[in-house]
Amino acid sequence: MAASVDHLLYFLLAVAVFFSVGIFLTIFYFAIRYRRRSESELPAPVHGSMSLEILWSVIPFGLTMIMFAWGASVFFTISRPPDDAQQIYVIGKQWMWKIQHMEGQREINELHIPVGQAVKLTMTSEDVIHDFFVPAFRTKADVLPGRYTTTWFKATKPGKYHLFCAQYCGTNHYAMVGWVYVMEPQDYQAWLSGGTSGSLTSSGEKLFQDLACVNCHHLIDPPGRGPNLRNLYGSQVELTGGGHVKADEEYIRESILNPSAKIVAGYQPIMPTFQGLVTEENVLQLIEYIKSLTPKPAGALPSRDRPSRDRKGAEAAGSLQKSTKQ
Amino acid sequence: MDSHTETAALREQFETAGQQKEVSTLGMWIFLVTEIMFFGGLFLAYAIYRREFAGAFAVASNTLDVVVGAVNTAVLLCSSFTMVLAVRAAQIGSRKALIWFLILTILLGGVFLGVKAYEWNLKFEEHHVPGPSFHLEGTQEQGPAQLFFSLYFTMTGLHALHMLVGEGLMLFLLWQAYAGKYTPEYYTPVDIGGLYWHFVDIIWIFLFPLLYLIARHQH
Amino acid sequence: MITEAVEERENYLNASYGIKSWLLTKDHKRIALLYLHTITFFFFLGGIFATLIRLELLTPKGDLVSADTYAKLFTLHGVIMIFFFLIPSIPATLGNFFLPMMIGAKDLAFPRLNLLSWYLLVIGGCFAMYAMLAGGVDTGWTFYVPYSTNYSNTYVIATGIGIFIAGFSSILTGLNFIVTVHRMRAPGMTWFRLPLFVWSNYATALIQVLGTPVIAITLVLLIGERTLHIGIFDPARGGDPVLFQHLFWFYSHPAVYIMVLPAMGVISELVSVFSKKAIFGYKVVAFSSVAIAVLGFLVWGHHMFVSGQSVYAGLVFSFLSYFVAIPSAIKVFNWTATLHKGSISFATPMLYAFGFIGLFTVGGLTGLFVACLGVDVHVHDTYFVIAHFHYIMVGGTLMAYLGGLHYWWPKMSGRMYPEGWAKLSALVIYLGFNLTFFPQFILGYLGMPRRYWTYPDEFQVLHVMSTAGASVLAVGYLMPLIYFMWSLRYGPIAGPNPWGATGLEWQTASPPPAHNFDVTPVVTTEAYDYAALAAMEEAKVG
Repeated sequence: MAASVDHLLYFLLAVAVFFSVGIFLTIFYFAIRYRRRSESELPAPVHGSMSLEILWSVIPFGLTMIMFAWGASVFFTISRPPDDAQQIYVIGKQWMWKIQHMEGQREINELHIPVGQAVKLTMTSEDVIHDFFVPAFRTKADVLPGRYTTTWFKATKPGKYHLFCAQYCGTNHYAMVGWVYVMEPQDYQAWLSGGTSGSLTSSGEKLFQDLACVNCHHLIDPPGRGPNLRNLYGSQVELTGGGHVKADEEYIRESILNPSAKIVAGYQPIMPTFQGLVTEENVLQLIEYIKSLTPKPAGALPSRDRPSRDRKGAEAAGSLQKSTKQ
Repeated sequence: MDSHTETAALREQFETAGQQKEVSTLGMWIFLVTEIMFFGGLFLAYAIYRREFAGAFAVASNTLDVVVGAVNTAVLLCSSFTMVLAVRAAQIGSRKALIWFLILTILLGGVFLGVKAYEWNLKFEEHHVPGPSFHLEGTQEQGPAQLFFSLYFTMTGLHALHMLVGEGLMLFLLWQAYAGKYTPEYYTPVDIGGLYWHFVDIIWIFLFPLLYLIARHQH
Repeated sequence: MITEAVEERENYLNASYGIKSWLLTKDHKRIALLYLHTITFFFFLGGIFATLIRLELLTPKGDLVSADTYAKLFTLHGVIMIFFFLIPSIPATLGNFFLPMMIGAKDLAFPRLNLLSWYLLVIGGCFAMYAMLAGGVDTGWTFYVPYSTNYSNTYVIATGIGIFIAGFSSILTGLNFIVTVHRMRAPGMTWFRLPLFVWSNYATALIQVLGTPVIAITLVLLIGERTLHIGIFDPARGGDPVLFQHLFWFYSHPAVYIMVLPAMGVISELVSVFSKKAIFGYKVVAFSSVAIAVLGFLVWGHHMFVSGQSVYAGLVFSFLSYFVAIPSAIKVFNWTATLHKGSISFATPMLYAFGFIGLFTVGGLTGLFVACLGVDVHVHDTYFVIAHFHYIMVGGTLMAYLGGLHYWWPKMSGRMYPEGWAKLSALVIYLGFNLTFFPQFILGYLGMPRRYWTYPDEFQVLHVMSTAGASVLAVGYLMPLIYFMWSLRYGPIAGPNPWGATGLEWQTASPPPAHNFDVTPVVTTEAYDYAALAAMEEAKVG
């Protein structure tokens, strides 16, 4: 992917060099060839040429449209992580990068990844806007407070690559730098197994119990005061008052920190907020746990049925869910 | 020679009084366009957040007193009417009528501002002013509710500021009118003062439904 | 050859004396000089900050100033150069002086408003200076939230107020120009007989009037958020920090066209007079100016490709950004075509014009890089972008400004500057500029981020080159400061039309009388009609 950015760059460079050299040489030539030889000389007036104007509008326009299309195509690739991308979480804060691997490893200002494996970073900030920039991978994405942004890359060569913060974030902005270590797969496995406090999913499961989420969000039927979170991730959720939302990381995070923003149809707005009770890391752990409650789909993801308001209906809904439960 | 003695009606840089009037009017229109762009940023923020937080905005909007707002709107519309009459009076040279209509316009503008102050005070008492003591019943989304009121105070505040400037302008016109400076040949300041006043009125015509009338029909 | 001394003939400079006659003047020419002094002061102030930045960046470690001070340096450099130098520069000095004369008017439509504009710039500048002296501001000239609202401990509000007030200076100048061009043209001066400098300033004025109020309200919201926590940009309340970016760039992108369009207008004048030919494709160039102004409002999101805005927004903004490049390219081709079979003089103003065309072309072509979605992801917020905009702002606008200053100096002052020193300075500036900023393209592509106090060792060589260039550039800028002042006393006396140029401003004395023209001109010729000018000169002599 970095290579495709470079190829695009070479094309732009070629066009730029062609036109700048062309203009320079033309001006140079005209200036000398038509230099003033006497004060009284009066050039014949020439007012313009529509055909020339069209020529030098249409050709540059055509070139710029190629640049746009090619750039857009590369941009689509940059913006769409492949399905097999390995998920890693990043939290930026003044002035460090906190990296959370799924398996539980935590890193500060360093990111270890295996070569040849697509990696998707889901990122948020605890304070101001930062930017995760790895020049070698030709990727960059702003990291925002209150939201997740993503970027992805697939390293092709083992080595050590600069990581920079690329959005001014205060005094130590220049120091919010680090390294991306790209390792051979076996070295990466070895690194992974070296000391861990439990995978994100298992930490999330523990939190789910500790924070008593399970009291409302029963994991087995009948459903409680809150929706059953099995098969939630990736599904379409029907909301009170009409409207749907896709149950992605952003939605889950919002549901934890600002539950009254979106109420699932058929439920009451009674969930308390956990803002201040959980850190961004905790949120990521809970998200991973909730994701683990949805089995990886072989085909299409299940869509969320509207649960009935009363208990009887819940039983019926419950039987539907029983059949898809692992 | 092209130079002439400078008077208010014919400044040095102009060839004719007609040119001066056209220039002044065009200048005021362009200034009003800049004001539209100035308010525009607030309207944009309002539109974006209303779309995102329709529920909280509706609850917040419904705490505003529609009757008071409507009365204030009528007051401002009347003041625009008296302003039009003032311009007409200047056009036909009725100094007394001009003075009275300017006074009426100023008074009506004052009523508007007074009512606004009353409304703001009400909001203060109801703890609807964004800040540590903010609380709005009827919604869990206190953050977005505060956003509504932040926009409410900023937009009506900016409008009120423009009204104050307008009042100042009107007082200036009144003083000049009293001193007999305006004739049917030269009443441009009244004319363009009127343009400014109407503009501030029109801003309010947009503000009123956007702020006061969100989802009222659902009551 | 004029034999009478300048001092004897009455002109706008000696028509009245005393500080009040300057501070309370309504004469657009005097106001232009007031602006000239003010922006020159701000230019060198901003230049001092640039010098300190480049000195710090000589070494990878931070050893000259602290990290916080460095942040204040780049912030103030940007704020001062953009809002207090570049935006006023050409319109408020050369535009103020010559736009009325070029259209055959006695003054602008609103002379007192013009004076107010100058005072607003000065007052705004005072707020910025207060912020600087009281401790500075460190947010970058872009003031991104939440850093500027909730985290920075510096003088954000004072700076914001200063920019707000300076913004109104800009709005009023724009308003004045628009009305003047519409309603104050002399008899026979139709739209398509206007010099292209007027067209450019007119297009610029459109942007000033429509765009600047948006940054004004953005600053109001910024200050509201910082002081009263209104929540509009605060995610904790449901606000969106990216909304600030949209509002900010909605003005700040068109602002770059405020900065470059007048410069293009100057270049049109210079290329024409120093080729003794009408600009090739006059109407196309005139319409291009307006097209740039309009299209410039549609592309702001290209500053936000990696901000978290949607992919589709990115597509739209990239596509439109390529559109806005085309009229600028058209202008470059037309200027070049004007040289063909012309009578090319290498007077200093023309050297600046050549410099502009070359450097603006490079700057504009690198704009195609940053408009390109795939590439911008990599170069955004790196030195590549810094190089791109300095090629346009410094290699472009500043060169055009200097070219215009040299060109119109004899008209404004009645004196000629020393041609040898001027040519030398132009060359020094050109070389110094390229040495300063070309390495930055490479630095950026290699990954050097913006606003970094320290950097990895491998970037040092390019930084040293850049700083070396900056020191040459500094010398190049000091030279005109010195010789222009020298010329006021010792420069040869200039006649009404030392360059043999068309244009109404050259049909009156140097310096002009207070009322510009003794008799209102009646225009009968097209713009840049050198044959008609020659015939007229012939008639005068014969």
